[in-house]
Amino acid sequence: MNAAQIVMPSLGPALPELILAVGVLVLILYGSFRGERSAEAVNVGALVLLVLALFVVMSQSGAKITTLNGSFIVDGFSKVMKVLILLGSAAAILLSRDYFQRERIDRFEFPLLILLCTIGMLVMASANDLIAMYLGLELQSLAAYVIAAFHRDNLRSTEAGLKYFVLGALSSGMLLYGSSLVYGFTGTVSFPGIVAALSDGNAGFGIVLGIVFVAAGVAFKMSAVPFHMWTPDVYEGSPTPVTAFFASAPKMAAVAMTVRIFIGAFPDVTAIWQQIIVFIAIASMALGSFAAIGQRSIKRLMAYSSIGNIGYALVGLAAGSQAGISGVVIYMIIYLAMTLGAFAVILSLRRGGQMFETLDDLSGLSRTHPVLAFCLAAMMFSLAGIPPLAGFFGKYFVFRAAIEANLVALAIIGVVTSVVGAFYYLRLVKVMYFDEPLAPYDPMPPGLRIVLGLSTVVVVLFVLLPAPLRGAADAAAKSLF
Amino acid sequence: MFGLGILSGLLIVPLCGAAFILTLGEETEATKRNARWAALATTILTFLLSLVAWGRFDATTASFQLIETHAWLSETTRFKLGVDGFSMPLILLTTFLMPFCIGASWLSIDKRVKEYFVAFLVLETTMIGVFQSLDLVLFYLFFEAGLIPMFLIIGIWGGKRRIYASFKFFLYTLLGSVLMLLAIMAMYWHAGTTDIPTLLHTRFPVEMQTWLWLAFFASFAVKMPMWPVHTWLPDAHVEAPTAGSVILAGILLKMGGYGFIRVSLPMFPDASQSFAPFVFALSVVAIIFTSLIALMQTDIKKLIAYSSVAHMGFVTLGLFTLNAQGIQGALFLMISHGIVSGALFLCVGVVYDRMHTREISAYGGLVKRMPLYAAAMMVFTMANVGLPGTSGFVGEFLAMMGAFRANPTVAFFSVFGIILSAGYALWLYARVIYGKLEKPNLQGILDLDFREKIIIAPLVALTIYYGVHPAPILDTFAPSTEALMQSMKTALSNTQTAAVVPAVAR
Repeated sequence: MNAAQIVMPSLGPALPELILAVGVLVLILYGSFRGERSAEAVNVGALVLLVLALFVVMSQSGAKITTLNGSFIVDGFSKVMKVLILLGSAAAILLSRDYFQRERIDRFEFPLLILLCTIGMLVMASANDLIAMYLGLELQSLAAYVIAAFHRDNLRSTEAGLKYFVLGALSSGMLLYGSSLVYGFTGTVSFPGIVAALSDGNAGFGIVLGIVFVAAGVAFKMSAVPFHMWTPDVYEGSPTPVTAFFASAPKMAAVAMTVRIFIGAFPDVTAIWQQIIVFIAIASMALGSFAAIGQRSIKRLMAYSSIGNIGYALVGLAAGSQAGISGVVIYMIIYLAMTLGAFAVILSLRRGGQMFETLDDLSGLSRTHPVLAFCLAAMMFSLAGIPPLAGFFGKYFVFRAAIEANLVALAIIGVVTSVVGAFYYLRLVKVMYFDEPLAPYDPMPPGLRIVLGLSTVVVVLFVLLPAPLRGAADAAAKSLF
Repeated sequence: MFGLGILSGLLIVPLCGAAFILTLGEETEATKRNARWAALATTILTFLLSLVAWGRFDATTASFQLIETHAWLSETTRFKLGVDGFSMPLILLTTFLMPFCIGASWLSIDKRVKEYFVAFLVLETTMIGVFQSLDLVLFYLFFEAGLIPMFLIIGIWGGKRRIYASFKFFLYTLLGSVLMLLAIMAMYWHAGTTDIPTLLHTRFPVEMQTWLWLAFFASFAVKMPMWPVHTWLPDAHVEAPTAGSVILAGILLKMGGYGFIRVSLPMFPDASQSFAPFVFALSVVAIIFTSLIALMQTDIKKLIAYSSVAHMGFVTLGLFTLNAQGIQGALFLMISHGIVSGALFLCVGVVYDRMHTREISAYGGLVKRMPLYAAAMMVFTMANVGLPGTSGFVGEFLAMMGAFRANPTVAFFSVFGIILSAGYALWLYARVIYGKLEKPNLQGILDLDFREKIIIAPLVALTIYYGVHPAPILDTFAPSTEALMQSMKTALSNTQTAAVVPAVAR
């Protein structure tokens, strides 16, 4: 082999991933030498790394750069999604500290697993071919399976981890099978290559089958119907901070990957995948709304809520337009804030060493903890899509894109299911505000305060200053078209 | 100040009051008192501010005035405020009624006082916002945002079935409104903007108008409320605290009518014309049917609630006559009904605070112990019936006159509503106020105290004043109505598809 041909690829665009990867290795060494006492320091170290990566991502120009033989891409879209992923991961670490200390499972592996998961998610957001996408996905998933079972002496937590693993492996298989079909019929794994191969808009049966399997795989990762079955069980069984993590950052990565694959690789065969996405969106919105009505556990309720929310985000993708993707991005930004805020409240329902996780435990929260109740009520009204809270604008932009793409039926079904969904969000408000109070809960730890405060600011004040987030979402969407 | 004009001020002042009340701390007697006074001061200040706006308002033109524009969602969806002849009187009505609501809640609300007044002040902002938004997304935002405080007001401070009533209120109105949201998006798609003044000059294709009209109708009909989607109203009224009922009847119901006059009629003239018979049918059914239901009620508040539905039937009837008298009458009736029904609910609140029951059969012979109360109630009952000399007469008369020009049959049937309204209103009055004072617990009932006199006296004065001198309100509406008639006429004559209802186009 000629030595001159081996050229070191430019690693600059992948700097955030590299920082995290090197940082993880250092922290693993430190943790294994110091043992259990190192948890505090490793947590701080992980937060520092995430913040550092966040700064690097934000300082990137947003111009389109590919590297590693075109398999890794950095552009405006990856920039915004990476910011969301890093924020979600950092919030997960903040939310977990107090919980794990009190549950006496305060091990240094948890922040490390979150970091590994984060590297996978960043790669998912930047993947520009099928192999890179799969690599990122597997790194993310494997770390996630472990942290689902992190409370290893707890039966439900181990069950959640096992269930997640078995079903996740199945879905990875489907994704891989779909990818191999796409590769087989186009002769390339790179997204620009696939675009070129399909540029005449004619896709054979093999491509259709490949797209169907890929869609099934990504639907599982996003927990969209009909591949959502794992979500309620895993959400309920996992330790609550882990649930908060699953509901936030990995959702961002899964949506980023879905958008990247459909808009980045199959823009000329929209007609094929649009039907699939429309179906998934309708089914998710409907199931998310109707199935949540009977739930008493807040964590299960949030699981169904996240299924429904993915359905709404996919409405924007179904539109397939720049406005639609901009809607998806803004929806995910707002969804991240709402989810983290809601989980910060759920995590603070602790009295005398015991966690409370059912709807009835919120009874009369507005009397005992007025600020907490106000924040959760804002999250709930926002999730229900009531203006002037941020959730309304998320729905507004995705539905507007759907109308512009002539998907009127989808939009009508969407708004009707959002009214059904409003019923159970309102029920949470009713329990907090109309019912009789219980004994007060313990004071809120500082980590939760920070997350809740920031999320509430985003959710409540978005109406006054929508321009920055709108601008970011527009820039992200523009880079894909 | 900070580039904000007087209309933003009307939105900000109540919010500032609410923020101040939130900072008051633990609920003690002192904070309760401070919250009450702060709320009263805020609402009075807002009212004074709206009077200043009224002073700067030129009632002789139909154009939008006091316009403010701020950057918001995008270039095409901006934070744009402004008023014209349709919205200015409704804003004044809102700011005028609010201090009375605060006064009516002075003593009857004794738990969670802080939250109560915060909810009310936020509600005031959203109501004013609806009437002064000049952008459809902004309009929708305020239209919906008002649900949150009202939901809490009914749910926390309401009566026995308050939870059922609050959910019904919220979900019913939300379901209607989301369809309107889709219509707004479709309009954006077609016109490329959600700016109301621009949309007023946009001609939508006739078939598209039909769908848009139906979507907006779904929302406004529920809010109005029109038969058969009125069933949330009696529940909400009965369970809401007195001041909540006053706002519900006085302002929130007017949003539907305002929506028709701001969006449906001017933007979809062809659809409005072809759907007019449909609206007439619903209105006549509402007028007769709900009046009959009102006759059957045993609960005072429920009776007034059903009478509100019947009166709103006159409003929709008047609006869709599509002639100047009808529309003027409908608008006047909205203002008059805001004052009169609000006052009636306040009167019910007066006896409810004393006896804690709303059953008609629990009262009787009140005139002997409460002569002042009986006199005030008499004025409002007569205004509700539409007796000449009260404000109720002017609106109903004009609306009927418009209806006669548009469709005599409809007018003929709607007259029964007036007869029936005399039936239920007088019957209510007779059973509560007259008769023998034989119930033992009524023997010690006291007449209006100083606070109640202050609340009720201005409303009595206004009811009679506008009954004999309706010109100030009608003159304000007139230029805008004139402009609306003109633009509809041009629009309809341009439409090549022959008018579906020849009778209306005359």
